[in-house]
Amino acid sequence: MATTLEVKPEALTLSNEEIQRYSRHLIMPEVGMEGQLKLKAARVLCIGAGGLGSPLALYLGAAGVGTMGIVDFDVVDYTNLQRQIIHSTADVGRKKLDSAAEKLKAINPFLNIRKFDTRLSSDNALELFREFDIIADGTDNFPTRYLVNDACALTGKPNVYGSIFRFEGQASVFATKEGPCYRCLYPEPPPPGLVPSCAEGGVLGILPGLVGVIQATEVIKLILGKGEPLIGRLLLIDALDMKFRELKLRKNPGCPVCGTHPTIKQLIDYNEFCGIRGEEKPVETLATDIEVEELKRRLDAGENLFVLDVREPHEYQICNIGGHLIPLGDLPKRVNELDSSQEIVAHCRSGVRSAKAVDFLRQAGFKKVHNLAGGILAWADRVDPKMPKY
Amino acid sequence: MPKIHIPTPLRQYVGKQPAVEVKAGTIGAALSDLVAQHPDLRRHLYTDDGKLRAFVNVYLNDEDVRYLQKEATAVKDGDSISIVPSIAGGR
Repeated sequence: MATTLEVKPEALTLSNEEIQRYSRHLIMPEVGMEGQLKLKAARVLCIGAGGLGSPLALYLGAAGVGTMGIVDFDVVDYTNLQRQIIHSTADVGRKKLDSAAEKLKAINPFLNIRKFDTRLSSDNALELFREFDIIADGTDNFPTRYLVNDACALTGKPNVYGSIFRFEGQASVFATKEGPCYRCLYPEPPPPGLVPSCAEGGVLGILPGLVGVIQATEVIKLILGKGEPLIGRLLLIDALDMKFRELKLRKNPGCPVCGTHPTIKQLIDYNEFCGIRGEEKPVETLATDIEVEELKRRLDAGENLFVLDVREPHEYQICNIGGHLIPLGDLPKRVNELDSSQEIVAHCRSGVRSAKAVDFLRQAGFKKVHNLAGGILAWADRVDPKMPKY
Repeated sequence: MPKIHIPTPLRQYVGKQPAVEVKAGTIGAALSDLVAQHPDLRRHLYTDDGKLRAFVNVYLNDEDVRYLQKEATAVKDGDSISIVPSIAGGR
């Protein structure tokens, strides 16, 4: 089943230069002139120009998709370059939108790029989605996942979905008329903090490449109306074992957004739905917190402070401040290594895990425990500028 | 014995294994055996009142157990059970 395109492919033609460029498509029967004109007529919206968005946009642009919208509000930083291949070292500090548009134009000058320098929200999603035929979801957080899904279901646009964690990925096509949506699979989001983000858990650099290219493949199949799209199927990708598994998805008749009696008829507050105030939730400063300058001063003064590092051993190898290493997950069984009569300062990378460690230790009866506010990142920023940040 | 595939985000609670073998005749018993072997996993799969969490999907081979007999679904030797939690990463 081909996706309905608003621009009629029959009304378009290819120039001689375009015919040469798309020659390898034009000589295969599954694409041909008819398919290439469908690609040219198609308008695809990529949500995010990051890990998944990079390969997705590059391949769709190269393939001859006529109009590509990109929504992104972020700026390129050094930690992006390990996987976000649309951006280069010289782009650090630039808007991802500008960097991505420049690369896409260089690959294919025939491409019409529409840049949306904004955070996708309940206020702008419906209006935006109506101007495109297919939505490709390359976001990185649960509120936006649900927002994209609901906006797709409400506007009748297919949601080409991909998501990644460490070396594992998922891909599917949601919210088509006949198929299930993301909510049919996951009616409720996990409580905040239970599922770590890529920033916390890490991601193998090639994985978004693998998953983003699967998304690009699905977008192209939907435009051409060829092959078997991933509708009603969830593809699980394990890059470590290099295993691909497939699970059946069903449309849930009781689904609040695409079921027989939908209760969600307009977009809602997705941060509230996911129980959070946004991905970059600031860690609250508590009375038990200690600032990096104070820790430095007290250590220099020779005070008897016990520094507890609750990160993982591989993080300790990147940089450390000489703390005693007990990863957060091991703390319950190794708590006997700590002396409750001593004053303890717990730290991690940014202060989130050590806050959990402090909570745990307080419940276990430790009275003199502090959390190092901002973690080793704050230490690198304000105490030791030679320390690497990761 | 049936085998339960453990997704990456939960492997840290099962000694980093990709799969765990369980002794069980039903999905419910298989999950109980899994959390009995690895108690740290319990709060990630069950709510405080002992119900399976809504964002954790359990599959028997390639079928969602919600569309079979849920936790009463029978399992046999060689069956493959998957826990499929939601992940959101993309950047």
